[in-house]
Amino acid sequence: MATENIDNKSIESAQQEIIDEFAFLTDWMDKYEMIIQMGKELPMIADEYKVPENLIKGCQSQVWLHADFKDGKLFFTADSDALITKGLVALVVRVLSGHTPKEIIASDLHFVDDIGLKSHLSPTRSNGLLSMLKQIKHYAIAFNTLQH
Amino acid sequence: MSTILSFSEIKELRRDFPILEQKVYGNPLVYLDNAATTQKPREVIEKLDLYYKAYNSNVHRGVHHLSQVATDAYEEARKTVAAYIDAGDDKEVIFTKGTTDGINLVASCFGRSFLQAGDSVMITAMEHHSNIVPWQMICEERGATLKVIPFNAFGELELDKMAELLDDSVKLLALTYVSNSLATVNPVKEIIAAAHEKNIPVLLDAAQAVQHMSVSVRALDVDFMVFSGHKIYGPTGIGILYGKQEWLDKLPPYQGGGDMIKTVTLEKTVYNELPFKFEAGTPDISGAIGLAEALKYVRRIGIDRIHATEADLMDYALTRLQTLPGIRIIGQAKQRAGVISFLLGTAHPFDTGELLDKQGIAIRTGHHCCQPVMDIFKIPGTARASFAFYNTHEEIDALVSGLERAAKILL
Repeated sequence: MATENIDNKSIESAQQEIIDEFAFLTDWMDKYEMIIQMGKELPMIADEYKVPENLIKGCQSQVWLHADFKDGKLFFTADSDALITKGLVALVVRVLSGHTPKEIIASDLHFVDDIGLKSHLSPTRSNGLLSMLKQIKHYAIAFNTLQH
Repeated sequence: MSTILSFSEIKELRRDFPILEQKVYGNPLVYLDNAATTQKPREVIEKLDLYYKAYNSNVHRGVHHLSQVATDAYEEARKTVAAYIDAGDDKEVIFTKGTTDGINLVASCFGRSFLQAGDSVMITAMEHHSNIVPWQMICEERGATLKVIPFNAFGELELDKMAELLDDSVKLLALTYVSNSLATVNPVKEIIAAAHEKNIPVLLDAAQAVQHMSVSVRALDVDFMVFSGHKIYGPTGIGILYGKQEWLDKLPPYQGGGDMIKTVTLEKTVYNELPFKFEAGTPDISGAIGLAEALKYVRRIGIDRIHATEADLMDYALTRLQTLPGIRIIGQAKQRAGVISFLLGTAHPFDTGELLDKQGIAIRTGHHCCQPVMDIFKIPGTARASFAFYNTHEEIDALVSGLERAAKILL
């Protein structure tokens, strides 16, 4: 098996871009306004994919996630019933969508912590974000296995 | 009619609660999640501290001095609880881990002795999961069924339906005194009387009641009543099961272990008498003592004054919240206590709660462990503000302006 190059530079630069965008927002309400704005830019999941099988159930808010595999890369579309969750989902999709399964498996999403939203990834938060991240990695592992 | 606590009295009492003095995200903490758990007064915190510093020891066991002191304090705590709920006898008061533990105890012990295939247990549609799931489990085990009293659009029980459902198959009625999601105060005295007419015993979930109003188990003539210490200014991990002696004597023990036995041989064990029969193992000694201290604290202020003060706060909050465009109050019973469940326009409760949190305002969001209630209203959950006597009108104002700010972002 040939060794593939894992290029995580673009994942890293996408994270850095987000960190920079949030750097000047010191007020929490401004930060959340920005997150909600990001949610509006999330590639909308097609209605046909907004089905129970694609539903990632959080305790409070729900996330639908769909993965497309094209030219060796994974592309995600998603939605959530809560605006803040939708914004957080949009940020994750923006960073990871369009990368190979290997890149996604190797990625370390530190930006959530860096912009002060670490609490959203705690298992007790149950807003669906942590479950969504797990689901993305599962997709990546599954498509990576399929490829070989 | 009790007079309400004055503004200056509330300010003074707030000093008893060290936790309330902090800032959260740069804003003064506004704690409106009292239905989830209440904060603890200094007296309770210091009592726990003193217990571990001065007389920590196992109860009912040792001959030594410390064990005697601890046993006396633990049994004194039982007396304080018995007096608070007006129980006829101390031994009718069982220390548990909390409301959930108490319900599981009764469901398991009552079910094993009195439920047969074809029997049923009656609950209401507004119960907390902790007063649904234990009954579902024991009903499944015994081949019994669960009957449910519905409620109307205001969140009031449909008592005429209860009369229809209350047939010979019903062996026990378990219901909440005050709904944790709708705020409804159920007419439990009437309901208990109606059940008793058919010789059906009643378990009352008083987790959202005892901290808000005077509750007398003898005046209600209730057979079993449960509540949690931490929702009435006491420590977590301690709760109370009250049971009429005639019922507790009829039930088999719940768990086996130390302290619940009289004699043990490898062939046969003779169980201890009440209340120890239901307290296997080393109990939460400090928790029991802390809970008693909390009840004394409540008694010093006066539960009737607390009730009147919170009713005033509830009225003020309802009036102020209703000025918000698009607000929807979930649960509009005439008799209410403790909480206000609401939706801010089309905003998801999670978003509402998140934006309030960042303004220092603590509320609860979600289904409040009452998924059936949310299903009936066809909503994913609500935002819920819940009150204690230490909350002020200013805090309600902060909630309302916090919601106005959230609405600007979310709607």
